[in-house]
Amino acid sequence: MNIQGKTLHEGEAAGPLLVLDEPLSFWGGFDPQTGEIIDRHHPQAGERAGGKILALTETRGSAGTPAGVAEAIRKGEGPAAIIVVKQDVNLVAGAMTAAQLYRIQVPVISIDAGDFARLKTGEQVDIKADGSIHFTP
Amino acid sequence: MLELSDADAGNLSGDNGPVTKFAARMVVRAAELLSASELIDVSFVHIDACHYYGQAHVDFAQMIVDGGVKVAVPSWTNTVPVSVELPDMRPPEKSPEFLKGARDLMTLYEQMGCRPVWTCAPYQLPGGPGLGEQIVGSESNAVTYYNSAVGARTNKYGDFLDVCCALLGRVPNAGLHRTENRRGQILFRLADDVPDALRHQEMLAHVLGHRVGKAAGSGIPVIDGLPSETSLDSLKAISAATAASGGVALFHAVGVTPEAPDQETAFQGREPEREVVLGIEELRAARDELSTARPGALEMVALGTPHFSFTEFARLAELMDGVKVSPGLVMYVSTSRHVRELIAGKGWLDQLERAGVRIVVDTCTYFTPAVRGANGRVMTNSAKWAYYAPGMLPVEVCFGSLEDCVRSAVAGEVKRDESLWQ
Repeated sequence: MNIQGKTLHEGEAAGPLLVLDEPLSFWGGFDPQTGEIIDRHHPQAGERAGGKILALTETRGSAGTPAGVAEAIRKGEGPAAIIVVKQDVNLVAGAMTAAQLYRIQVPVISIDAGDFARLKTGEQVDIKADGSIHFTP
Repeated sequence: MLELSDADAGNLSGDNGPVTKFAARMVVRAAELLSASELIDVSFVHIDACHYYGQAHVDFAQMIVDGGVKVAVPSWTNTVPVSVELPDMRPPEKSPEFLKGARDLMTLYEQMGCRPVWTCAPYQLPGGPGLGEQIVGSESNAVTYYNSAVGARTNKYGDFLDVCCALLGRVPNAGLHRTENRRGQILFRLADDVPDALRHQEMLAHVLGHRVGKAAGSGIPVIDGLPSETSLDSLKAISAATAASGGVALFHAVGVTPEAPDQETAFQGREPEREVVLGIEELRAARDELSTARPGALEMVALGTPHFSFTEFARLAELMDGVKVSPGLVMYVSTSRHVRELIAGKGWLDQLERAGVRIVVDTCTYFTPAVRGANGRVMTNSAKWAYYAPGMLPVEVCFGSLEDCVRSAVAGEVKRDESLWQ
């Protein structure tokens, strides 16, 4: 039942899943000061990413996404880990910058679309250093 | 498999200090994710990470400046959230920390050796890259314009990665840096019922870009049916609109843009993956989508998204000759310092300011915190402004041509000429 992902940025984390039904822009669609999804058109608008294992297929558009990710991590309002389908350079750039500046390691893991479909909001998962995702009862 | 040059490998192992090592780690990680086999040189960078968003932006730039590292190639800066010269344009009492952070960040990028142009339309300045040059773009309209109208080559680089590339002068050789990935995918053909006069309008470029971006997603659209004399301002409009409503980073326009002398070349000899025919009905519908408000009294008119060009100012100066902005509203035109200097030399800056137009540099009017006057009903000639502002500011938008915007600014309420769309 575990999922083997690919590590895009190293780290370990545990927490409840927050699964996004649509891609998200972390500039304009996300408030890094509070970790809240503020894109009014997003299905998960109003949800907060802080401490969650954030799962999304990909990010949307903006060049500001790495800064949104790094700033939320700095504020302690960022996700504990990020799971993506597309190997997203912007998410990795944000997580790498936060690790460099603040010594906070937020792993970024990619998985395939079939595995992504198995993820459900609220489920507790552990992310291991080898990129595996373990569901905890 | 990624193969590094000796210099790249040296940077990665820390030969040139910890900042350069971090930059190399990030660029190499990006290369691995993009399955690039090598890094290549770039000759130019347009940096977005100077656009303040929070303390992480400042801490990142401070780390580089403290390390004594500077950009390795000409690097020009994007817009920022504040106008240093108009401190009251965004009410400072709302977010003093935000405005201070934004100013501090500007200083750091100057110390890093960037050219402080603070514009989202760097391609309007002399000395930029040309056809076939490998570059780094970040702001979405500039990425699309450089790829499409100039024929320079860039992927869409996010914050921090843009700077890391600038510090090394290197990028992963992947995506739109490579010829085979610049092949057109989707053909958009203007139908015969689109009037010739409309095809020559810059307003059509905004609407067309909005429509094409929605249908193309992150694919590479090829537009057929634009006149060969389509202006650079129209190509700017298409770039901004396709990158806003879609994820377009490169488009071709047959007989207009440099990599599309004909349809076959644009598709690199292959067939389009699909074809979309756009008639006057579809274009009218796309135009209507850009307005969220019914016509009525205006609080603000917003021009210059992306930054207003010299040729757009020439048109505006002529349209504003002998008229004044209605005292009930504020009319902003966003531009770069460079273009403002050019229009000052022509006498247009004085003329426009006397007519009640506020020219702002370094920034844009849809950013938050909202500029004074940005509430209620706003008119714009920009598809990009119309697309983003209602989600970011307490505004409703009416879209129209530049001519419509001027007539409306003078009248104090929305006035639109419908005749072109019949």
